[in-house]
Amino acid sequence: MLLEIKGLQKVYATENISVTALDRVNLSIEKGEFAAIMGPSGSGKSTLMNILGCLDRPTAGQYILAGEDISHKNDNELAEIRNQYIGFIFQSFNLLPRLTALENVCLPLVYRGVSAKQRLAKAKEALAAVGLADRMHHLPAELSGGQQQRAAIARVLAGNPPLILGDEPTGNLDSRSGQEVMELFQSLNKQGITIILVTHDEQIARQTKRIIRFRDGMRQSDELITPSPSQSSKQSPASVKHYHAEKAVSK
Amino acid sequence: MSFWEVFRMASTSLRGNKLRSFLTALGIIIGVGAVIAMISIGQGASKDISDRISGMGSNLIIVSPLRGSSLKPKDATELLERVPTITHAVPSVTFSTTAKWQSNTYSTSIEGTNTDFPAVRNIKIANGRFFNEEESKSRTKVAIIGQTVVTELFGEGSRPLGEKILIKGQSFTVLGILEKKGSSMGRDSDDTILIPVTVAQRLSGSQQVGSLYLKAKSAEEAKLAVAQITAIYDQKFRRENSMRVTSQDELLETVNTTTRTFTFMLGAIAGISLLVGGIGIMNIMLVSVTERTREIGIRKALGAKRKHIMAQFIIESIFLSISGGLLGIALGIGLSKAVSNLAQWTTVLSPAAILVSFLFALGVGLFFGVYPAYKAAHLDPIVALRHE
Repeated sequence: MLLEIKGLQKVYATENISVTALDRVNLSIEKGEFAAIMGPSGSGKSTLMNILGCLDRPTAGQYILAGEDISHKNDNELAEIRNQYIGFIFQSFNLLPRLTALENVCLPLVYRGVSAKQRLAKAKEALAAVGLADRMHHLPAELSGGQQQRAAIARVLAGNPPLILGDEPTGNLDSRSGQEVMELFQSLNKQGITIILVTHDEQIARQTKRIIRFRDGMRQSDELITPSPSQSSKQSPASVKHYHAEKAVSK
Repeated sequence: MSFWEVFRMASTSLRGNKLRSFLTALGIIIGVGAVIAMISIGQGASKDISDRISGMGSNLIIVSPLRGSSLKPKDATELLERVPTITHAVPSVTFSTTAKWQSNTYSTSIEGTNTDFPAVRNIKIANGRFFNEEESKSRTKVAIIGQTVVTELFGEGSRPLGEKILIKGQSFTVLGILEKKGSSMGRDSDDTILIPVTVAQRLSGSQQVGSLYLKAKSAEEAKLAVAQITAIYDQKFRRENSMRVTSQDELLETVNTTTRTFTFMLGAIAGISLLVGGIGIMNIMLVSVTERTREIGIRKALGAKRKHIMAQFIIESIFLSISGGLLGIALGIGLSKAVSNLAQWTTVLSPAAILVSFLFALGVGLFFGVYPAYKAAHLDPIVALRHE
């Protein structure tokens, strides 16, 4: 098991009101899984991703990553865990605008304390793996959206983390670039890297192996997907319909 | 992550905003430059005045009357007899007037004194000779003139020995020319005419003299002599503080204390501009932290710890203050040289002032960089990542 959360709760408390973003959520993700987290806005999926990404701490409950309870680590320890275990892919790519693709890809290794020489070698290798070998000295502004997202994936690859978290990774891409990115994810997953994506796009979610749906801070459904979409799954057709209905309302 | 790494990061980000970085550093450049230039001017003035006092002679004692007392030329000879530590004594009567030669006129200062003047006041005669006892007693109208007077009345480089000049309508024979002493702080030591005190008294219409210059054997004996002379006059006039009796050392000390205060104040005022420069750094660093909130969020998501973010921003502000400090040193030295060349002021560049102002600039950069860096380091990564 790569990660497990038990009774995870996140409450945002202000002076007058408190909002429960996550309500006693249990979830475990095995090594090598490829999962999509779906749900309407306010369902708690972003909060969950933040906690899974060690950017935030739960109010209550446990988060065990790679066999270690990290619910109560301090900021510096969490930074180290992010650096070692987690690779982030964002909707808006989040490359540093003043650094070249190569320098961007080097960044996680800079904070890991890897020597400049090794860093460059790994970063070049990672850029080549996503097909950007000839673009490595370009600034992000000189790359297309799809290329920027591939550079961001290379940045993750250079760090070689066991877990990749994608927050709407195809949200800002045209469908062809989005498809390329998904293909990259699939090939990474085949190499044994665990990937969790948050997405609104049913088509994207269908390309993963498991869809976890959230609603009102709770896990509503959990469905394993077999390669062919026509085949039946654990998920009852009713709940799929229910999801679609709700999506229509929220839009 | 090595220091070099952070340093490169800082320089990349500062180069990305060249004009802004330069303007920010400009505060420090002007601050450091002003401190160095001001202190060099202050110390130059101090050196100038000290040199002038030292140049008046050595182991000198100056006696000048205070309210209600007076000095006569014979006081000089009396003191010479009564105070054994004194070797020479000369009276001094000074007034300003116009000297004339043919159709040339020049307004200068006349000093009436006696034959010991060259020994007491440490002056040398370049051409001709000083007047003698005989000429003084017989009230002969002879004059020893300074180089500036020579140039103004007779033209540069002339040797007007034996020429007649008119002072207050009286004809004086030029007996000698003083060796050039130079000018300092706008006061020209060569702009003077020396005549016998007996003649000067007649011209000014007063029997009194302005002051006495005495010479002692050594600095220690000068101190003794000051006490003795003070006692003599207090007894004579039956009250304290009848005469101001000052040794050269005391005078130097007073002047040095004054100029030190003056230099310190100049430096402090310039130091304020350095402080203002520091506030400029803080201001820009705070803007920079806000602008780069998202960058900070990304770096944190990729595993940057607080110390990494902190170091990045502190190094940036130190980088600004160091480069500002170095350019400021260049500016300060340049200003100091310009003032000494253009305004003819003496300036003294002090390595201590340069070092201290540079270190102060460094400290200012560090001090004013800490808060913005702290703010950056403690940003919540989620909030920072969401920042547009």
